[in-house]
Parts: sequence; C-alpha cells; structure tokens
Amino acid sequence: MALLQISEPGMSTAPHQHRFAAGIDLGTTNSLIATVRSGVAETLPDEHGEHLLPSVVHYNAEGGVVVGQKARMKASQDPQNTLASVKRLMGRGKEDLTLLAGHLPYTFAETDSSVPRIKTVAGEVTAIEASAKILSVLKRRAEETLGGELSGVVITVPAYFDEAQREATRDAAKLADLNVYRLINEPTAAAIAYGLDKKAEGIIAVYDLGGGTFDISILRLSKGVFEVLATGGNSALGGDDFDHAIAQWLLEQAELEQTHDPSILRQALMVARDAKEALSQQAAVDVQLGEWQGRLDNTVYRQLIEPLVKKTLMACRRALRDAELDKDQVVDIVMVGGSTRVPLVREQVAAFFEKEPLVDIDPDRVVAIGAAQQADVLAGNKPDEEMLLLDVIPLSLGLEMMGGLVEKVIARNTTIPITRAQEFTTFKDGQTALSIHVLQGERETVEHNRSLGKFVLRGIPPMVAGAARIKVTFQVDADGLLSVYAEETTTGTRASIEIKPSYGLTDSEIETMLKDSIAHAGDDMALRSLREQQVEADRSLQALDAAMQSDGEQLLNESERKQLLAARDKLARERENQNDSEALKAAIKVLEKAAEFYVERRMNRSVRDAMAGHRVDEF
Amino acid sequence: MAITMTETAAERVKKFLDQRGKGVGLRLGVKTMGCSGMGYVIEFADDIEETDEVFEAHDVKVIIDKKSLVYLDGTEVDYTREGLNEGFKFNNPNEKDSCGCGESFTV
Repeated sequence: MALLQISEPGMSTAPHQHRFAAGIDLGTTNSLIATVRSGVAETLPDEHGEHLLPSVVHYNAEGGVVVGQKARMKASQDPQNTLASVKRLMGRGKEDLTLLAGHLPYTFAETDSSVPRIKTVAGEVTAIEASAKILSVLKRRAEETLGGELSGVVITVPAYFDEAQREATRDAAKLADLNVYRLINEPTAAAIAYGLDKKAEGIIAVYDLGGGTFDISILRLSKGVFEVLATGGNSALGGDDFDHAIAQWLLEQAELEQTHDPSILRQALMVARDAKEALSQQAAVDVQLGEWQGRLDNTVYRQLIEPLVKKTLMACRRALRDAELDKDQVVDIVMVGGSTRVPLVREQVAAFFEKEPLVDIDPDRVVAIGAAQQADVLAGNKPDEEMLLLDVIPLSLGLEMMGGLVEKVIARNTTIPITRAQEFTTFKDGQTALSIHVLQGERETVEHNRSLGKFVLRGIPPMVAGAARIKVTFQVDADGLLSVYAEETTTGTRASIEIKPSYGLTDSEIETMLKDSIAHAGDDMALRSLREQQVEADRSLQALDAAMQSDGEQLLNESERKQLLAARDKLARERENQNDSEALKAAIKVLEKAAEFYVERRMNRSVRDAMAGHRVDEF
Repeated sequence: MAITMTETAAERVKKFLDQRGKGVGLRLGVKTMGCSGMGYVIEFADDIEETDEVFEAHDVKVIIDKKSLVYLDGTEVDYTREGLNEGFKFNNPNEKDSCGCGESFTV
C-alpha cells in the first residue's frame, strides 16, 4: 500500500508517475539527503533515526563495502582501507597528491591514469568510486522512504569547485545510477533553504564552519541569479580544532602534557568533545582525565576557542574586501555547519557583521534542505511561477594565446547555460594545426590559471598567416560542465573536447585564485603588455628572416645585409632579456626603421614584377 | 455523504498547511488514470469552487468536487508510517479492487 503525500494544487501526478526528487549534501565529513514531502523539505533519517551519514567508506578483503558510522569505526584499526574525506581528492590529479598526501594515510597506486587511485585490499579505488558508494547508500535510503525510484537529484558542491571537481562529482552520481538535475553551490543551497531566493536582491554572507573546514562565501542575489562575489576560508580549521584546544587544556590541567600515550590523547579528545557539546547549553561542566578531576567553565572555554573564531572572522574580512563590499552592505548572514551551534561563534559573527545571523534551520541540514527544494522545482512538482534558480560560472574560462597569455571567452559570474564563440586565426604561413589549451581562472597568464585540457585542431588548409578562420565555441550546460569545439570555417574541419579531470592546483590555491587576480592586477597588466610586445618582436624577426631568405641576395649589397643582420640580432637579444614592454616596443621600432629601405625595395620589385610584360596604358 | 479524517491525519495537514504559509484546506479527488482505473488526488487547496463540497474534520476543511465524491463517499483519510515511509492512506469502502500498490482502484 503506497502512502500518499500532498501535492501543490493541480500538480497531482497519475499513480506510479510520481516525480520523487531529492537534494544531496555530499560533504567532506558527513553527507545528507533531503526531500520535499507535502510541501515540507526535510532531511531523511536512516532506520536508526540518524540523519547524518559519515562520509567514510571501508573496503574489506572479501570485497565488501561498508559506508557511514560502521566504516568510521574502522578508521583507527584499518586506516589503509578506510577512505575518509575523499571530497578533498575529487577532480584532483596525481600532481596534487604531493601537496595533499602528507595528510592522507593511503597508499596510491602507480598508474598512467591522471586520476589518483588508492590501494585497498579490495583493489584500487578512486575518490569518485568511493563517493559513488556514499551516494548509493543515500539513494537507497530515499527510495525506501519515498516508496519509489528517484527521478532526479540536486547535489551541492563548494562554490570554489572548478569544472574538473564538478565533473568528478557528476561522474560519482552516474556510477551511483542517479540522474543529476543540477549541481548547485553549497552557500546558494543554504540561502535557498532560508527562502532568500524569493527576495528581489541583496548581499548574503554564508558562514560555513564544519568539523574540519571553514568556508565563507559572499553572494549577490539579483534577478533570480546568485552570483558568487568572493569565497574564502581555511581548509584546515573547524570544530575539531575546538576539541583539540580543550583537550590540550585538559592535558595541561592533568599535568599530562608531556604524554605520548595515544590512549590518553584519545580519551582527552573524547572528554573535550563532550564538554564542548555540554557548554553550548550550560555555563560549566565537570571534567575528568585520568586521576585528575576539575571543572571547565564558559569563561575558560571561550578563551580557549576565541583565537580560532577570530581566524574565521579575518577570513570574512578578506572575503568582503575581495568582493569590494563593506559589512553593512550584507543583508543576511546564513549559518551553516555543526560548529555554528557554539554560542561564542554566533555572538562573534553577529558582532562582526553587526547583525543577527540566521540560525533557525539545523546548520547540519540546511544545505541538503535547500538542495531538496531546488530538486522539487526541477522535477516539475511546483507550479510554473516558482522561480527557477539560475547558476553562474565560478571562474572565467578562456584559451591560451601566443606568448602564454589567456584570452577569456566566458567571464566569471556569467549565468549558465551559455554558449560563446570567438574567432581566431593562424600565426604562421602554411600553419595546418592549432593547439587549443582551455584554462580557467582570473589571471592574465597561462601559468597562473588552471589548465582544464588541451586538444589539437588538425587539417587546416595551408594559407598565409591570418587568413584561416577558426571558430572556437565554449558551451557550458546547466550543470556548469564545459565542452569546447573548434572549427576551421572555410573547410569545416572540426575538433572538440569535453573537460575531464586532468591536473591542477591545491584547494587553497583555487580559493586564493580570485584573490590573487585582484592583488596582481597591476603586475598582470605589465606582464600582458610585455608578452604582447614579445609576440610582436617574434613576428618582426620572422618576417625579416623570411624576406632575407627569399630575396636578400638580390636586393641587398654586402654592407646593407650586415647592417640589417646587426639590427636583427640586437632585437633578438632585447626580446630575450628585456623586461620592460616600452623598451621592447622601442627596439622593434628601431628594427622596422632600419629595414624601411629594404621593405620599399621589395615593394618596388613586386610592382615591377607585376607590370613586367605589360604596357603602362594597360593599368 | 461524508468524508472523514483521523486526528493524526488532521494534525499533519494542519502542520503542512502552516509550513506552506497559505491554503484554505485539503483537496481530495479522483483521477481516471492508473493501472486499476482510478487514482487518488491529494492536494493543498487555495480556493473553494462552486462545485465543491466541504467537510470539517478536526478543524481541517476537506474539500472535494461533487463528481469525485461519489467514488470517495465514506472514505476515511489516515496518516501512517510503514518502515521508513510515511504518508496519507485512503480507507475507501467503495474500493472493490486495488492494484496492490494502493495508488489506484476500481469501484
């Protein structure tokens, strides 16, 4: 017997045609699934009443896989086969591991694949596969609860996730046999949960303090579009650090600070965690560690964690500065993450923004709830007037140009889906192939942006430089996933690429990419004009070399040739050593001046050649 | 002719209406579709039409159009939990045969 839910007026479905939709918060530490039933968005508990599913996957030798709380309990006894925090590896290449691996207890397999593979007793596993296991458990929970198959889901990702990390998340969903309506940014989902998308416009700060990570996002809502103005945070700061601060204090009080006994350290952490939770409700708590007994009151507790909370506020200040906003322009502050339950955190955030933050919705569940509401709209369970949230591109997308410069094709904060095309041409005579290098980021040069992928358009008919017409099209679908097509329009030769995880930067580097682009705006401009002059110099040198080779012998005498070659070498040296674009520009001018008579002679000769055999009155 | 609702069901409807922030009551009905002839409709009601009958059950307005009423007369709406799943259930004396899924029925 199926149990029925109340639909919106006129939105009832025929029997067996229910469009069950869910929102999934695929977190670093915990994951959740939520759905809208009878108009109310709620997270779904498992059979033990637990809403949070620890994002931990344990593999055993028999090929079995355990996910969640049971897997987390295996972490200390079997760390090699227990994968936690795999979200940090999503969309990452092998190159990133040297930076991340120090914190991870896993052994990585030696492979040619660009995606890192973790060795377990059950074989090699990628972060995508482990994430898929977590998604499968949530999917099964939702389908049992709803009494039917899910038609689609919305999955949340951090605002700073780039295309490769988003694609990896989508691949995990595909493996779990989930239809992804859309990926949305976590802070955006939290804002939706509070109904902020129903407002016309405003600046929203989303303060997300989880167990091990802190994220601050500054969003601007205008005409139904949430733009990410700035993101910041600390990927190694969270509620766990509060526990460590208390544990340290406990060890000092018990005069055990010199101990290396892991069982005492673990016990100190457990006592600390319980004390922290108790102190959210009461003024003081009795604590005991080994022989020592004592009392931890709120005053001491606050002193212990205040430096950590201050760190988060510094990140808030930086994010506001990046967004070029004052804190009084922030209309709403949304609190996300279990650690925002700590009263001191709420007080300090309120004092910083001079405004009470929104805390009514359970901060652990708020992201999943917002995602569920968006999924419900996308599944078609809401009347048409419900606004569909538009999403934007988090970081600009562009191409590598001559001289290592980046030409932006789609700017940051452009609403998606979007298709943009730009025309390019060949640089050299007879050039038959063009290498297309797709990049993401805000900086002016290739080495400062993230490389998303490369491909080559071959079969361009040989033409003089600048004659070929190559149209490069960037297409970003509603999920923020990118395809790039290149076409030589005179012949119709085509090539394309879909952006797959390749290689890239570390978490913190991506977070600071936006910041850097602002901080380095001046340097970037200087670098850009230098690169432009270098390309110009190369062009002059190539043109002169080609000319001298074809007719230098006939048109120039010995001393003229020497004089020109000297001028040429002078520019070539300047090209290599000069860092000032103006000086290089001047050097190019000098060569052009020196070659003027030669250019004139060549022109005269080509006119003579053209006229040879004709009478003047024919022209 | 009448439709009734258990107190548990009425409490849930009140809560959902409250959270939705608008609506005059609960609309019930039938749709001729599904694997066994007819399907149940359960929706929030924003308006009451001239062709509607309105019943009161534990302070909740149950609204039903006259055409549907002949199929639902005597029905009691309940709210139950089965494992992880929970929701509304129609106890309809007119129902002669259901498809086993409970979502559609014949009279």
